[in-house]
Amino acid sequence: MWCSGLRKRYGKRTAVDGVSFSVGRGEVVGLLGPNGAGKTSVIKMLLGLVRPDDGEVLLLGRPGRDPRARERVGYLPELFRYQPWLTAAEVLTLHVRLSGARVPAAEQADVLARVGLAARSGDRVGGFSKGMQQRLGLAVALVARPELVVLDEPTSALDPLGRVDVRDVVLDLRERGVAVLLNSHLIGEVERVCDRVVILDRGRVAASGTLAELLGQRELRLRLDGLTPAAEARMAAVGAVTRTGREVTVALPAGEEDAVVPALVADLVGLGVRVHAVEPVRISLEERLLGILREEHA
Amino acid sequence: MSTALTFAGLTLREAARRKVLRALGLLTLALLGLSAWGFAKLATVDPEFGALTSGEARLFASQLLNLVMFGYSLIAALGTAFLAGPTLSGEVESGQALSILARPVRRATVLAGKWLGLVAFGTGYVFAAGLAQFAVVYWAVGFWPPDPVVGLLLLAAQTTVLMTLALLLATAVSPMASGIVAVGLFGATWVAGVVGSVGELIGNDGVARVGEVSRMLLPTDGLWRGAMHAFQDTTSLAAAGFEGSPFLAIAPLSGGYLVWVAVWLVLIGGLAALSFGRRDV
Repeated sequence: MWCSGLRKRYGKRTAVDGVSFSVGRGEVVGLLGPNGAGKTSVIKMLLGLVRPDDGEVLLLGRPGRDPRARERVGYLPELFRYQPWLTAAEVLTLHVRLSGARVPAAEQADVLARVGLAARSGDRVGGFSKGMQQRLGLAVALVARPELVVLDEPTSALDPLGRVDVRDVVLDLRERGVAVLLNSHLIGEVERVCDRVVILDRGRVAASGTLAELLGQRELRLRLDGLTPAAEARMAAVGAVTRTGREVTVALPAGEEDAVVPALVADLVGLGVRVHAVEPVRISLEERLLGILREEHA
Repeated sequence: MSTALTFAGLTLREAARRKVLRALGLLTLALLGLSAWGFAKLATVDPEFGALTSGEARLFASQLLNLVMFGYSLIAALGTAFLAGPTLSGEVESGQALSILARPVRRATVLAGKWLGLVAFGTGYVFAAGLAQFAVVYWAVGFWPPDPVVGLLLLAAQTTVLMTLALLLATAVSPMASGIVAVGLFGATWVAGVVGSVGELIGNDGVARVGEVSRMLLPTDGLWRGAMHAFQDTTSLAAAGFEGSPFLAIAPLSGGYLVWVAVWLVLIGGLAALSFGRRDV
């Protein structure tokens, strides 16, 4: 999925102003931003639900204005409502037929089971709770063997178990090479599953990149006694070292934290250093998001 | 085409599952019962004025049948117009349209499918209720309309016209507003038709033109008059010299008018497709 220069005005208010980003196959991209940032408008423009005033969209190699571009796209809207007079199984059959895919009834039943609705497949949607309707929406997004899945606030009505289920579904989609665009207010959720993040603010892209790019390198905070030149050299071999009295901070190489930290601590102990505290730290996505938004609004 | 048929089937299934069919069925049975009673009374001897002649009986039966058929056409037209609003703008408002329109479907196809479903619904109702009513009248007074199929087709067309207008309105305004405006225009056109008939009766061309213009702008009243003509006994009508009654029609519909109805449907349907295609959901 690729979009460039998306713009949308509602009357005098500019909702989306020159938004460009892409989601590759097997990649999970998170869309973050405060209320009214234009996230849902961007998603609706990608799916042909809202007409952009300007800009281009490509879905799975086809221009977004061509309905066939959406043949292999699954979508869970923020406002999830399904025909209350149909059963859950009938809703899935309808969506399979509209997508043009051939999905056997057994596979459709598997999708319902995957979202925890196997026992309710023959029940009318009108009797479903909000959480169950959102689970059904997730099944609708997954049922037609999509290659791009767009999830707009997929856990807003779900309990903690449901959130874990959604996380597993997203990770499974990534494993299978499906592109996923995830809009969520739950930053922790985004941080756990997303490869890249696009932060929107007042209709513009305020920041974007991989989590490592956005959050910076991890670092290791240590409280040490009895530092020797050999120990200092050992720490410098890992990364840049800053020292204030007993407090030492060592920058960690990206992606190697798990291997480096235990080895460094073992070596320091071996060199006679007394280790009081070890704390690997990284700025959270939430802190970074708030920082970016404050800079934008300053 | 198969996508349009999917939506047509979905619209009919919605009408059935939301108990619209059951409600209409009960209402129609009540109307049939009442009219059977009324027609049976018409066939009996009036103690004050003596027995009706066969010509009078046919004339009254014609007028009474047209009155009852007006009731059915109201139910069919208003019912379908009120179904059209929720099925389109109601789905957009509730969010039901989001996941559907994000599928590889053209909006014009979705609209055409819903239109087809509503046409099937309105036509089915008009034929079922109309034929049942004809049977009741035949049983009570032995009168069978001269052109029942043409009349019922014109009533179905009247239903289609009002429903198409309601669909166009539903692409732009709320379901409630679209239903109210469509029904209001239907009523206004009928009243304008009656006013036009009065104008014809008193020979006032200006007043008569009110009816003609309104029948062009919204062809419901014109089609209703054509249907009435197909239901009534023309010979008794001519002999009695009835003119200007809102429940009797002197002339059949012209071919030109039917062509205009077809053009009107294409125009309004096209506008609805254009409006729905441009709407942000």
